[in-house]
Amino acid sequence: MIDRRLFTHFDWVMLGLVAALVCVGFVSIYGATHVQMPSVYKKDVYWIIIGSCLMLLAIVVNYSYLERSAYFIYGASILLLISVYFIGSSFGGARRWISLGFFSLQPSEFAKLALIIMLARYFNEKQVPERGMGLKDLIPPGIIMMVTFLLIAKQPDLGTGIIVWLIFWSMAFVVKIRFRVIAGMGAVFAGMAPLGWMFLKDYQKARITSFMSPESDLLGSGYHVMQSKIAIGSGGFLGKGFLQGTQGNLMFLPEHHTDFIFAAFAEEWGLIGALILLGIFLAFVISGLNTASSSKDRFGFLVAFGITSMFFWQIAINLGMVTGMLPVVGVPLPFVSYGGSFLITSMISAGILLNIKMRRFIF
Amino acid sequence: MSGSYFKDKEPRELKGRVYAAVLLAGAAFFILAARLWYLQVFQHSHFHELSLNNATRIIKAAAPRGLIYDRLGVKVAENRPGFDLYIVPEDVKDWDATKRMLTGLVDIEVEDIDDKLEKSRKRPRFQAVKLKQDLTWEETARVESFRFEMPGVLLEVAPKRSYVFSEAVSHVLGYLGEISEKELKERESEGEKYSAGDLVGKYGLEKYFEKELRGVDGGKEVEVDAVGRKIRVVNWRPPYPGNDLKLTIDVKTQVAAWAAMREKVGAAVAMDPKTGKILAMVSSPSFDANALSSRMTPAEWKAVIDNPFNVLNNRAIQGQYPPASTYKPIHAAAALEEGVISPGTKIFSGPSFWFAGRAYRDWKEEGHGHINVHKAIVQSSDTFFYQVGLKLGVDRLAEYSRRFGFGSKTGVPLHGEKPGLVPSSEWKRKAYKTKWYEGETISVSVGQGYMLSTPLQLLNAYAAIANGGTLWKPILVDEITTPEGKVVYDPEPEKNGELGISEKTMEHVRNGLAGVTHEDGGTARFLSRTTDLKIAGKTGTAQVARLIKRTRDVESIPYKLRDHAWFAGFAPYDDPQIAVVVIVEHGGFGATAAAPVAKEIFKAYLGGPEGLPEGLTAGSGAEEGNAAGITSVRAEASR
Repeated sequence: MIDRRLFTHFDWVMLGLVAALVCVGFVSIYGATHVQMPSVYKKDVYWIIIGSCLMLLAIVVNYSYLERSAYFIYGASILLLISVYFIGSSFGGARRWISLGFFSLQPSEFAKLALIIMLARYFNEKQVPERGMGLKDLIPPGIIMMVTFLLIAKQPDLGTGIIVWLIFWSMAFVVKIRFRVIAGMGAVFAGMAPLGWMFLKDYQKARITSFMSPESDLLGSGYHVMQSKIAIGSGGFLGKGFLQGTQGNLMFLPEHHTDFIFAAFAEEWGLIGALILLGIFLAFVISGLNTASSSKDRFGFLVAFGITSMFFWQIAINLGMVTGMLPVVGVPLPFVSYGGSFLITSMISAGILLNIKMRRFIF
Repeated sequence: MSGSYFKDKEPRELKGRVYAAVLLAGAAFFILAARLWYLQVFQHSHFHELSLNNATRIIKAAAPRGLIYDRLGVKVAENRPGFDLYIVPEDVKDWDATKRMLTGLVDIEVEDIDDKLEKSRKRPRFQAVKLKQDLTWEETARVESFRFEMPGVLLEVAPKRSYVFSEAVSHVLGYLGEISEKELKERESEGEKYSAGDLVGKYGLEKYFEKELRGVDGGKEVEVDAVGRKIRVVNWRPPYPGNDLKLTIDVKTQVAAWAAMREKVGAAVAMDPKTGKILAMVSSPSFDANALSSRMTPAEWKAVIDNPFNVLNNRAIQGQYPPASTYKPIHAAAALEEGVISPGTKIFSGPSFWFAGRAYRDWKEEGHGHINVHKAIVQSSDTFFYQVGLKLGVDRLAEYSRRFGFGSKTGVPLHGEKPGLVPSSEWKRKAYKTKWYEGETISVSVGQGYMLSTPLQLLNAYAAIANGGTLWKPILVDEITTPEGKVVYDPEPEKNGELGISEKTMEHVRNGLAGVTHEDGGTARFLSRTTDLKIAGKTGTAQVARLIKRTRDVESIPYKLRDHAWFAGFAPYDDPQIAVVVIVEHGGFGATAAAPVAKEIFKAYLGGPEGLPEGLTAGSGAEEGNAAGITSVRAEASR
């Protein structure tokens, strides 16, 4: 099963980028939690080990198995999402986790990857007209996406829900959609936005209003954004130095080991560190897109593109919200933010990318 | 034609779109990089300051006030540690809950909190506001245990004023209080830095020597976390203590005077006639300076203000009374010096003197017969001085009165001193626009009528008689030293003037005063029978109501109509060490009400180290240890 030629085609650079990101993540998590909650960074070691094992598995097993078992993977992810409502544990008003003793599984993270595989299989088999997909063509994949989306949005987990939408549209765009459908959909969504507002939960509304004017409510929901900007801005050009950040260590920065970890990182490492991290992410995204374009088959292309789009949107939305350019929607930063299911899913996804890249010349 | 793709065919078609995706990703990362540059470079200083504010709280560290010692080095005012309650309004998350908890844990009202916050609106952001000073031990413990439920609430240790002898010295030392808005403006205009919540001297020496005693406040910057827990002290500027005062007050004498005055209303003052140093100054009723300086509740404060005896009045310098018979030696000195009488001149002094169809009575119903000026002083004859006064005239009397310091402030370093009043024909023309009547001279010649003096003025005059003619400017502070021990103030005795009266005259007067206590018929004869301190002095009984029936039974007269009792004197008469003036308001006769108080003062100062009079420890706030301390210091000093 493992061809020796595969080693010669292995993308060591991309593996190096992933390793670098995981290292940055661990160092940042250590810095943010070693004083107040030392158990967190210790647990992170386990996630990295588990993630590495599953990543290796994702590299080794030929990705064509993924296509064959796409229905099974998708179906399993849906079942897990449903089971959250019955055996899930809730925390902070949301029911997202399935407790497995020492480990809380977050099915919505795995569901993203399952959706990408399912959509890739669907779009691979689908015969797409020259002009692009019309509205009717979008209905079946739209249903596939909506099942996952609604189950995640109901938890509620707005951030992951948005990522699911963006993955779907990214993949649909790359497969090609008719222009008038794009225009029409754009108009419909613009019109529906106020209606959607009514269905948002109060804290979700508050995040959006506070994004519009963060200074209006400094101690309320604008607090997160303001503290995050203070952390990043006070880091300056060279940063305050490792473990010297006051915003993070004194807990002014909320979620400083999960969603807002980039702010704690930028405070301690400054613009230099932040730009280096940004560069690694960019290199990783480009290398993901490169994997897609060098893939030998349509399914491989679609999976690689879907995974890369997932990473891109997560990075862009997370950094956008942490730097105060986007509303706070709760999207973590891939490889860097703390979160077991999230890290493992990201590493499996990166493994699949490496898998596709490695097999680009093998038919 | 509808194109189609076969499964697993190399997707060349799709690959073109990847370049668009690369461009999109590149653009997004460029925007993020630009944003980071904007936050971390362009706006860095703004956010840097915010991050410091976030984590830094500024708490003032009040300087320990200078210590105050008596003339022998006994500590009379010191500092003890106490807890103050602060709040950092920026850290408070829920005002309603915080206020509810604070009012439950500490004896404080919501209005007090609002008031304190309102007053400190101009403070820099993140500076703590003092809500209550000097919490009790129970309050401190309660606040400490609930602090995490009240973000923004802080406890800080600060020096608190402690007056060792409490009420016994309170009118001299004064008390502290939070600076009022009016005082704040005054101090600011003098270029001194104060802020709301600071303590200042409100009264007495604490107020007069505020600049010396205050010291320089320090401060600390404390790093806190998001819940307001103190992490560490970032920057600590230690406070610099105020200068120490060494008083001229002799605590043993002071406490003896206070103990003797405790049940009475009035004042007692003592001075070293050779230097003008005040040895004791008591005004009764007194107040609890310790309570006033710290845990005073509004109700307690109201009780002090509403006290009918006006306890915050320092009667020694603010009480103005007719000097009555204590004025006679001054009158005698004037008459002798002006040659109106000679020491041998004998004048018939009957039970009453008739002038302009009216009888002016003598205190003694049977009269004194033919007497000279010496006997007149000894027996305190009124009719003698009526007649001499008429010969001398009011204006010559007034001139001598002024020479003795009456009618103008002595310049003692305390606020609110009153000048008293020396009547003259010119004064009357100005004040009442009428001419002077001879009958009024008769009143003035025995220290009644318009004549008014403070106890301190009278003391100053008697000190001048005792020392042969020097009128001192009274001083209360002997020395001011920095905390390192460097002397910054060491006043020389300062004269307010010389009497310009011959030594012969002064000797006659002094002999007369010695006679009062030593000769038969002297009004305070008992002072030489019960002590051997060689006291010379004069009693006085100032009329409050004119037409009351003369009686020895003071108790039968309504309190408000009873005469004020005076005693003024010095001892030993051949080498005066101490001059004393005592007034007991509505005390009746000087000899029975005031002279015994004076005796205790003389005894305490001259009597040697035989211990303190009774009543010193009881309820005085002074602990027994302190009392023992004085005795031992006293014993050392006399060795």
